[in-house]
Amino acid sequence: MNTIKTVRFVLKPIVFLFCLVPLAMVFTDAYGITGSLGANPIENIQDRFGQWGLRFIMLALAITPLRQLSGYNWLARFRRPLGLFAFFYVLMHFVVWLVLDSELLMSAIIEDVFERPFITIGMVALVLLLAMAATSTLAMRRRLGSTWQKIHNSIYVVALLGVWHFWWQVKNDISEPLIYAVIAAVLLGYRIWRNKLQVTPVRA
Amino acid sequence: MLIRKPADIKPSEITSKDAYFSRREILRTGVYAGGSLLAGPGLAATLPEARGAKLSGIVPSEFSTDEEPNPYIDITTYNNFWEFGTGKSDPFRNAQDFEPRPWSITVSGEAEVTGTFDLEDFVKPHTLEERIYRLRCVEAWSMVIPWVGIPLASIIKQFKPLSNAKYLRFETLHDPERMPGQRGRSLRWPYVEGLTMAEAMHPLTIFAVGLYGEVLPNQNGAPIRLIVPWKYGFKSIKSIVNIEFTERQPRGSWQRAQPQEYGFYANVNPNVDHPRWSQARERRIGSAGDGLQSIFGAKKQETLMFNGYGEQVAHLYEGLDLRKNY
Repeated sequence: MNTIKTVRFVLKPIVFLFCLVPLAMVFTDAYGITGSLGANPIENIQDRFGQWGLRFIMLALAITPLRQLSGYNWLARFRRPLGLFAFFYVLMHFVVWLVLDSELLMSAIIEDVFERPFITIGMVALVLLLAMAATSTLAMRRRLGSTWQKIHNSIYVVALLGVWHFWWQVKNDISEPLIYAVIAAVLLGYRIWRNKLQVTPVRA
Repeated sequence: MLIRKPADIKPSEITSKDAYFSRREILRTGVYAGGSLLAGPGLAATLPEARGAKLSGIVPSEFSTDEEPNPYIDITTYNNFWEFGTGKSDPFRNAQDFEPRPWSITVSGEAEVTGTFDLEDFVKPHTLEERIYRLRCVEAWSMVIPWVGIPLASIIKQFKPLSNAKYLRFETLHDPERMPGQRGRSLRWPYVEGLTMAEAMHPLTIFAVGLYGEVLPNQNGAPIRLIVPWKYGFKSIKSIVNIEFTERQPRGSWQRAQPQEYGFYANVNPNVDHPRWSQARERRIGSAGDGLQSIFGAKKQETLMFNGYGEQVAHLYEGLDLRKNY
């Protein structure tokens, strides 16, 4: 098997399955098989979906630097699936908030989105991710031309908004959001450094 | 300001017969074991040192709610006690090795009797009461918890506060060796909280030394903690070592950390939101069932003014703008 086939038929399915583990663990934890959802299951799953969303955003952003530094160009094939899983987990985080936490109470939802800045920035990030997910197919990429790259550059904004959203909602202990902030800073800083120092500009 | 009447009791809140009888059974045996009902007031409350030891001589209280208490596991694994870590399950994990005895409490400030007292001497003159209270966390979740404790008013009287004692200031133990969460700077240590004298003397306010008829578990604030059921949970300071009678309003740890979010009074109030979330509703922990039911069956409920204790405590805040004094 050549590299392309190995990636498509072996590595991709394996990665795909691994990406579903956080979702599967919600169910196995709910039944006490792998762990537990604790005394406040809704808060628990809302937090873990949000955290996995943030982790997948960072993983998707790590692909390009890894590809450039290692020279393994096949890594690029994982960028789209990781980005789509980021969208999936952020969407789950949103749905849990909307349906289970807010219980579809429109007045409370509108108040939250417009009066609580950390929720507002979360919503902005979700809309940007939605735009990226909707235009993620090869056909859309061909049709949109240079606009496509502009839309997909918003992943950098999403990464910053995501960390900010997390940072803002913790009570007083910023140690966890700080870890994400550092990772985001490294991943975005790498691109700035590369763009400045290299003669040929790098595509995201 | 509109004070809500206590809502009608919902069917889901009515204690099942089995639970009710088993609870009364515990109380009855507890009472007879201690014999304090027969002996009347003045019988010494004793605090066994062993972890999880049964407390004796517990009498029931008219202040207890009839709502079904949360299971022991919820109350002892889902805690905010940053001295043992900032995660909800950290206190359960990290407080297991904590040794809450021997324990002494220093009383200082504007009172006739001051000094350092052994925990035994502190509780001995009093009768232990079971107080089943609602607990509303500032994070918009709630539980029903069967505390065992002593009215703070009876404790305060022992120390004969002077007329210029307007407030009580409490401090948690500060010992990073024993409380690993204090090695970091998640909050400024030691944890501090305060009450007005009227709040401290209110019959609902207790010092808790037990849970479910047993010695208070470490993660819940062993060996002795404050319970003020009409205020957000963070006011109910845990593992108390210092009590000061003072003229000046104390500044609590959360008030100091984020004054625009946490005030001195911190009364449960559905009409005054936390800047980052609504306080109108709350999630009753563990009300939904098992498995996926625990996710899809959980429903929020309306938060009651003063956590449903308005009839007893609203008079304490007459003329006070609760929007400003949050």
